[in-house]
Amino acid sequence: MKPRHKRFAFIGLGLVVVVVATWLVMNALKSNLSLFHTPTEVANGEVPKGRPFRIGGMVEDGSLKREGDGLTVHFVVTDTAKRVPVTYKGILPDLFKEGKGAVAQGQLAPDGTFVASEVLAKHDENYMPPEAAAAMAKAKASGAQQSKSLVVPEGRKDSL
Amino acid sequence: MIPEIGHFALILALCVAVVQGILPIYGAAVGNSALMAVAKPAARGQFLLVLTAFGCLAYAFAEKDFSVLYVAATSNSQLPLHYRLAAIWGAHEGSLLLWTLILTIWMFAVTLFSTHLPESTRSRILGVMGLVSIGFLLFMLTVSNPFERLIPAAAEGRDLNPLLQDPGMVIHPPMLYMGYVGFSVAFAFAIAALLGGNLDAAWARWSRPWTTVAWCFLTVGIAMGSGWAYYELGWGGWWFWDPVENASFMPWLAGTALVHSLAVTDKRGGFKVWTVLLAIMAFSLSLLGTFLVRSGVLTSVHAFATDPKRGMFILAFLAIVIGGSLALYAWRAPRVGLGGSFASVSREGMLLANNVLLVAAMGSVLLGTLYPLFLDALDLGKISVGPPYFDSVFVPLMAPAIFLMGIGPLAQWKKASLPDLAKRLKWAFGVSVVTAITLPIVMGNWTPLLSLGLLLAIWILTTGLVSLRERLTHVAGNNLMERLASVPRSYWGMQVAHCGIAVFIVGVTMVKGFETEKDVRMNVGETATIGDYMFRFDGAQDVVGPNYTAARGNFSVSRDGRETTVLYPEKRRYTAQNQIMTEAAIDPGLLRDLYVSLGEPLDDGAWSVRLYHKPFVDWIWGGCFIMALGGVLAISDRRYRIAWRREEPAVSASTRAARRKVA
Repeated sequence: MKPRHKRFAFIGLGLVVVVVATWLVMNALKSNLSLFHTPTEVANGEVPKGRPFRIGGMVEDGSLKREGDGLTVHFVVTDTAKRVPVTYKGILPDLFKEGKGAVAQGQLAPDGTFVASEVLAKHDENYMPPEAAAAMAKAKASGAQQSKSLVVPEGRKDSL
Repeated sequence: MIPEIGHFALILALCVAVVQGILPIYGAAVGNSALMAVAKPAARGQFLLVLTAFGCLAYAFAEKDFSVLYVAATSNSQLPLHYRLAAIWGAHEGSLLLWTLILTIWMFAVTLFSTHLPESTRSRILGVMGLVSIGFLLFMLTVSNPFERLIPAAAEGRDLNPLLQDPGMVIHPPMLYMGYVGFSVAFAFAIAALLGGNLDAAWARWSRPWTTVAWCFLTVGIAMGSGWAYYELGWGGWWFWDPVENASFMPWLAGTALVHSLAVTDKRGGFKVWTVLLAIMAFSLSLLGTFLVRSGVLTSVHAFATDPKRGMFILAFLAIVIGGSLALYAWRAPRVGLGGSFASVSREGMLLANNVLLVAAMGSVLLGTLYPLFLDALDLGKISVGPPYFDSVFVPLMAPAIFLMGIGPLAQWKKASLPDLAKRLKWAFGVSVVTAITLPIVMGNWTPLLSLGLLLAIWILTTGLVSLRERLTHVAGNNLMERLASVPRSYWGMQVAHCGIAVFIVGVTMVKGFETEKDVRMNVGETATIGDYMFRFDGAQDVVGPNYTAARGNFSVSRDGRETTVLYPEKRRYTAQNQIMTEAAIDPGLLRDLYVSLGEPLDDGAWSVRLYHKPFVDWIWGGCFIMALGGVLAISDRRYRIAWRREEPAVSASTRAARRKVA
């Protein structure tokens, strides 16, 4: 092979890898992105059907119920405007608490219950997951009535 | 008083860094050796000053000086001394100080081990490192000062995040930083070469050991972070493709590519331009990692600060470093030359393909990490890119790279023949395929991924054996031991590191294929079975720790009626912040881990409990440590030791040849 041909071969190889990588990335992104929705959007039906997504907000005070098996839990996630009932089977994270922010990943069942496959509450008590805070800020901005004051995160070093 | 001394030392260090960043580089450009000579004392002085600052902060922590804001924010009078000291890098300001300290340690090491370098090269390297240091010192002094006072002093500190109160966390950040910052040496070498315009095989030989050392530290650092997530987060996962994990993994991928590309530049003089680009890339990704993790863009235990000023500073710093070095690259790289030619089927060709795949994998991780941030910043909605994305992109890109890893070491430089390679590797291939298909069937769970994983792992091992056997027939020696001893250490290093990958792959494959997980409600005296093991819950007691109270569960584990072990998982409540923490109990083993973590207390002393049986999980970290060990072996090779000792590169080649003849 002449050097020129060789260079073309290498450029070709590079291009093939780039094309394959792009295809893999696009494919994976298409099927694995999970969009985030607020409880208001869930209540208004603005969410994908039959596809997992995330919801976030505050766990309503007094809404946490545990079934007899000790593992299945029911609670309500709210952005102070709308409420969404959530069911989850499994062990809740350490920082999950009523009155605190939480994010859940899962699917909407036909009866309007959000069936969570994963519940995230990675943050400490002064801090709210950004998605949860955003959901509540959005509900507030849209002029929905407020039921109680909320903890909104601010930039501080104690958000450790 | 002591904190003020620390603060003052940082200011002096900044002044020294400015001198070190400007004079030697200018001196090298105009050929003034007096100016170049400034580099060495300046680097050492800077090291001492930053060390003083670090010592002052350590003293403030040891003495529980809660009039220092940072100390009050991250420690507590009840916190044991070793965690108080680890709290130095438990949050934003202190970890930047640690970063800077490690940067000056690397500078100091460069002054010690660079006597054989030409003076202009050495002063350029130290100058570039000084410039990087200016950025970090300026950052600390302007927006994130660890010595900031809190007046009046707090009566009690806020305590270190309980998640970080763990031996793994004491060592993980320094290790990781040694790796991150270590790439600054390779970066400085690359920039120095671009400035000087002399990029030869000697340059690659000098920067190779530095890069490998940094790579080893990074490997161990990542492994320890992953191990920590496994036993401390209580979810039994070892890698979540969390953005902060990706932030450390991207420099690793680029660094791995760099280590291999440097080998070609060193041995064959090829890939020069590409090597320089990879050196810039590895360090830029380390900086990006710091930005992602420390700026508050990502929220997790790592993201300490959510101060936009800091974010802007790091972003500007990133833009200057990356933009500046890429601009320099674009301007100077064309003079460097491309190096020797080679055929597409050759060791160079395979290393190139391997490099391209590693960089493509790095790019896909980068995309998955940054894409949600961009969408969020542009207000296009909030999304999250989960582990399935990374799994489905990463595996197809790495599988061919690992397949090539088996062939590469057997291929000749410059030009290899495919039929010849196929002949030499047919046994290795046959054994790998047969084992990979039959083994999962024997174990009773065949999946394509399981077979693929085993195929790759066995392929690495069998091709390694073929390569070793061929190597042994080519070296001098009367018996096997002598021959084994005369194989160079760098070769052993490569083989050991590759075996580490194989061990790692076995771990990942077996855990993914055979792990079992159960969330159960357990009353006192009840049993649950997982794998072949029966867990009996014997109730929970209250225990009191130094700065927490806990409920400690008592689980007897038995197999076929014989007791294996007793496990004591805990649910802790850290009193300072009233924070709950799950402390999992693990019975580690070579072939399996048993893992218990407590969920929540239910009525009548019952608990919800999470049980795991994880086959071969320790191989994951074992593999990482073996990889790092391979790196250590490679840098202990004779050729580098000779390089340290000699004065002039040109002399040694002849002396070494002479020594060979004598031998």
